[in-house]
Amino acid sequence: MAGYILRRLLQAIPVFIGTTFLIYFMVFALPGDPIIALFGDKTPNPAVVAQLRAQYHLDQPFVVQYLIYMGGIFRGDFGISFSGQPVTEILARTFPVTLRLAVIALLIETIAGILVGMVAGLRKGKLFDGTTLAISLILISLPVFVIAFVAQFVFGVQLGWARTTVGEGAPTIDLILPAIVLASISFAQIVRLTRSSVIETSSLDFVRTAYSKGLGRGRIIPVHILRNSLIPVVTYLATDFGVLLVGATVTEGIFNVPGVGNTLYQAIIRGEGPTVVSFVTVMVLIYLLVNLAVDLLYGLLDPRIRYVK
Amino acid sequence: MRIKRYGVGFAALAVASALVLTGCSGGGASTPTTSANTTAIITTNGSEPQNPLIPTNTNETGGGKITDNVFAGLVYYDEKGAAVNDMADSITTTDSTTFTIKIKSGEKFTNGEEVNADSFINAWQYGALLSNAQLNSYFFEDIEGFSYDADSPLTGLKKVDDLTFTVTLTAPHADFPLRLGYTAFMPLPAVALTDVAAFGENPIGNGPYMLAKTGAWQHNVQIDLVSNPDYTGGRKAQNGGLTIKFYASADASYADLQSNAVDVIDQIPDSAYQTYTTDLGDRAVNQPAAIFQSFTIPGRLPHFSGEEGQLRRQAISEAIDRDTITKVIFEGTRTPASDFTSPVIDGWSDSIEGSDVLKYNADDAKALWAKADAISPWTGTFQIAYNADGGHQGWVDAVVNNLKNNLGIDASGAPSPTFAQVRTAITDRTIQTAFRTGWQADYPGLFNFLGPIYATNAGSNDGDYSNPAFDALLTKGSSESDTAAANKDYQDAQAILFKDLPAIPLWYSNVTGGYGTSVSNVHFGWNSVPLYYEITKN
Repeated sequence: MAGYILRRLLQAIPVFIGTTFLIYFMVFALPGDPIIALFGDKTPNPAVVAQLRAQYHLDQPFVVQYLIYMGGIFRGDFGISFSGQPVTEILARTFPVTLRLAVIALLIETIAGILVGMVAGLRKGKLFDGTTLAISLILISLPVFVIAFVAQFVFGVQLGWARTTVGEGAPTIDLILPAIVLASISFAQIVRLTRSSVIETSSLDFVRTAYSKGLGRGRIIPVHILRNSLIPVVTYLATDFGVLLVGATVTEGIFNVPGVGNTLYQAIIRGEGPTVVSFVTVMVLIYLLVNLAVDLLYGLLDPRIRYVK
Repeated sequence: MRIKRYGVGFAALAVASALVLTGCSGGGASTPTTSANTTAIITTNGSEPQNPLIPTNTNETGGGKITDNVFAGLVYYDEKGAAVNDMADSITTTDSTTFTIKIKSGEKFTNGEEVNADSFINAWQYGALLSNAQLNSYFFEDIEGFSYDADSPLTGLKKVDDLTFTVTLTAPHADFPLRLGYTAFMPLPAVALTDVAAFGENPIGNGPYMLAKTGAWQHNVQIDLVSNPDYTGGRKAQNGGLTIKFYASADASYADLQSNAVDVIDQIPDSAYQTYTTDLGDRAVNQPAAIFQSFTIPGRLPHFSGEEGQLRRQAISEAIDRDTITKVIFEGTRTPASDFTSPVIDGWSDSIEGSDVLKYNADDAKALWAKADAISPWTGTFQIAYNADGGHQGWVDAVVNNLKNNLGIDASGAPSPTFAQVRTAITDRTIQTAFRTGWQADYPGLFNFLGPIYATNAGSNDGDYSNPAFDALLTKGSSESDTAAANKDYQDAQAILFKDLPAIPLWYSNVTGGYGTSVSNVHFGWNSVPLYYEITKN
């Protein structure tokens, strides 16, 4: 087990170097000069532009720029944004917000999704099942920004139940509405996954055996059916957590959440190389770790799965 | 000007009646309400500053909204854009080349330091020095000693005594005192230059507001300002403070206004153009701003120089139906252009000789185009380059459709994915089409719309336009000591532009905004930013 984890972690190193190089190259290859764009519609003096380029090492060839950047990373220096803040500070400020948003969304979609999916699966073909099927279809087919705008208008502007945008310090209560919006689409997926998995498990022999040996539904459903139905759901949840963690640009933009997606979007628009590369690098690392965690979770849920050294 | 005065009159009337109404209903309980008013915090929309909060390095509205309220320069601009002395006691000159500036005594930065001649001289020296690479350095280029080639001190700045200094320019510029209200000319306390990076994070100013505390700038979230009790100028805050919330999109700030989570916004999202006047009623704001939109046709393009070029430019201008486009595409949030400046600027005129080319006249356009074809037949496609990330596609498509239908030529928009890409192509002159251009005034003067863009070799002369007669009129206007005479020269200069049309004027952007039910006395300044210091909370 330990050897397996170690090997997976070692694999992350070339992935890390490869992604930073690729992302850095992509930002470098973006057409247009970000320094000229800093001046808006006004045309800057070439001498001032040259000074600024030198300040951000933009006058160096690509490989030199990349090496300067990587050298900084190993000293814990992720570069400086155009507004003069160290990128590490920006990371430290935005990731906790996105993490909280992701955890709330994950909790909502897990609890609601599994409950509704289980009931629907147990009452296959009944009214409840049909209704959830229809609702989940609608949720899956709606683009997230539609859900977000409607939720913001109805609950924020008209009913006044929630703040329209996230306030100072991103208090958790403000994050609930955006989290519900984020959770809505995954919720539909989880309902459908849980439902089909519950139906499949319910028809297996060991469930029939449990019933025939006289066990009550109160024990069979949670322990025998649900636990064995959860493997595909957990896989989905874990990858979804990864997706949520790397930021939901659209939703964060609509609710003005000062999180990762929002910040990264602004940085891309401005062509701020160091910010974009550092953010994406951290996202890649998170994704790698989450994937590793998923693979390990399989073993806990299903004892038949073993890891070879 | 006319449009604006109506707006102001209306607002004044509304405020006056509101005051009467509250006066009537307030009754005996008015004392606590009044004391609450002056301590209430006003909230507004903004965007995360793109640069540290150093006045000479702040050239965009996100940072400008903060620095303009935290710092006070020699003059400030009132609602109509007139310069009023702020830190200055007097600014005098006899030849429009050397200016003697006296500073009011007893003015202080919020750290207790006195505002004196050195506060200005040192700040300007810092801002102008090439190696400091300040985004606003070009504001100092008319001062003696300025150089783009090497680090060179501004020899034109001389301290006379603690509160007096002189500024010598390389040529007469009668509008120099008018420029001094721009962010670039703010004073800095001595501590600023010892650690610029730290100062840019927690600026110490002398303006109507100051940072609520160290670290009041919460990046990507908001900045908290409180009123500065020591400020004695004409912009004394009538409220307790100002919180500027940073929004990633105009939609988010508009939703907040509707739910009363923000008091004043100065940007209505495109998606609400149709509804905001009904949503907000008389709390909606839509008035022309000091922003001029155009597209530039560089003279180096084939068929666009000499007499043929003049004819083609006039034909293109007359083929564009500005009234319909501003109504249909912009829902009345743009005002069709009638000159090269802006209606909010003193000296603006809608009857300059030659301005008829801005009137839609498809028949005449066709005739002019045919005349040009007689000189040299037209070939190819007429294209307008724009950045696709700025919401320009709608009007560009409408304009090229006008050209197609009215001139019978092939025309199309040429989008670039990013703003940086199209600006880079314009700056290094590799662009081979017409391109979108816009100008937001730095200070409220006609010269600012003309000199930097159309004077020979000027900084933002992206179309490389050059006309000695135009240059001569600009120089003449700069040396006139009488503002009215200078404005006459600038209008005459525009008459030349109307013949040559280096850029095709399109429209003026309006400032669109609104405010909530809990605030009153909301007026927008000449530069489209609300005059926050006047706002009171009920």
